[in-house]
Amino acid sequence: MRSLIDIKELSLEELDSLIATALDIIDNPQKYSEKCKGKKLATLFFEPSTRTRLSFEAAMYELGGNVLGFSEASSSSAAKGESVSDTAKMISCYADIIAMRHPKEGAPLVAAMNATIPVVNAGDGGHNHPTQTLADLLTIKRKKGRFDNLTVGLCGDLKFGRTVHSLISALSRYAGIKFVLISPEELRIPSYVKTDVLDKNGIEYVETTDLTGAMPSLDILYMTRVQKERFFNEEDYLRLKDSYILNPQKLENAKSDLCIMHPLPRVNEISVAVDKDPRACYFEQALNGKYMRMALILMLLGIK
Amino acid sequence: MNIDSIKNGIVIDHITAGKGMELYALLNLDSLSCPIVIGKNLPSGKMGTKDIIKIDADISLNTDILGYIDPDVTINIIKNGQIAEKKTVSLPERLVNVISCKNPRCITSCEQELDQVFTLTDKENRVYRCLYCETKAKEENH
Ligand SMILES: [Zn+2]
Repeated sequence: MRSLIDIKELSLEELDSLIATALDIIDNPQKYSEKCKGKKLATLFFEPSTRTRLSFEAAMYELGGNVLGFSEASSSSAAKGESVSDTAKMISCYADIIAMRHPKEGAPLVAAMNATIPVVNAGDGGHNHPTQTLADLLTIKRKKGRFDNLTVGLCGDLKFGRTVHSLISALSRYAGIKFVLISPEELRIPSYVKTDVLDKNGIEYVETTDLTGAMPSLDILYMTRVQKERFFNEEDYLRLKDSYILNPQKLENAKSDLCIMHPLPRVNEISVAVDKDPRACYFEQALNGKYMRMALILMLLGIK
Repeated sequence: MNIDSIKNGIVIDHITAGKGMELYALLNLDSLSCPIVIGKNLPSGKMGTKDIIKIDADISLNTDILGYIDPDVTINIIKNGQIAEKKTVSLPERLVNVISCKNPRCITSCEQELDQVFTLTDKENRVYRCLYCETKAKEENH
């Protein structure tokens, strides 16, 4: 019995196979419409995340399965003080697979250690969110056709942005990857990501504060939100925030086949005017998340 | 008291100076009723100074704790007043309920019945991380 808590648990072969399944689902949705008939997905969301929950639920429905669960801790057994391990054991009696979101880091791992059915981490605090990374990878594959020899710009909050850290660790396993890390000084990538992931894998990277200057070299631009509360004072935030907002002017010198990504929800870090640009991939990225969740559910349930 | 004065017991030798008391506490030696001697800052040929702990009873030591706190210690097992065995320890792969995670966002912070588990993630730099949240064990635990 297999779970997915951290994207690093997937081998390159398993990632390839998940992507192949997702691409086949996109081409032949009918073939998959009853694969999970009679199976139940439990969505245990101890904190609300409508976007991720709906994506998991849509994935299960499109496989012909059913869904049960809760969408916030106050309506669950956790509100009565039940432990994560007891919840996992109890749900194992009713469902075939669990998708768990929890504000505490490591909670889905505790569930996986106690459940008798597969557990998918649907986000544990600021720690892991492997299905977001799967969505990111499918988007890159569909747009670029490859994972190697790409220059990937990561822009915004690189200090706290877990999606960025996990994308870096996923892409660092491929050859010829170069990262351009674009952020204000205050929100630079943590040093442990540099030593433990980038340097360890011999990955080339540059750090810069200049989004416009970095633009021409990029094959992929992954935007994240620069949150006001990450700054010590309002002045710094106001001074910097516009530098990290993507608009049509900043894209003038970008490659014609640039792929612009964002984990969503967006606030204002990508101006709405960019949405019409054919290089904007972020809504497709959300859709890709559903296909990868479908492929993952099939893999974890052992359904071919 | 020197090694000769122990009939059957254990001498933890070559403890890095200053770590003797920490080991005493973590090994829970306070709970023993047998004679125990702790030597601090003793002159040592190869180390300059060292700490030493002598336990006058044949108990089983948690070598994971020794390996984590001070992997260069030597354990001498004393039988009938003689060193019957000399043992070294190694860095443990896994520490269970030895140190606890300090990350307030970690699941162990709100579910206290969970085992505190740390795994060795970087042998060269002796880095241990919480199994649940991957937070690095802090230096003050060493
Ligand atoms: Zn922890």
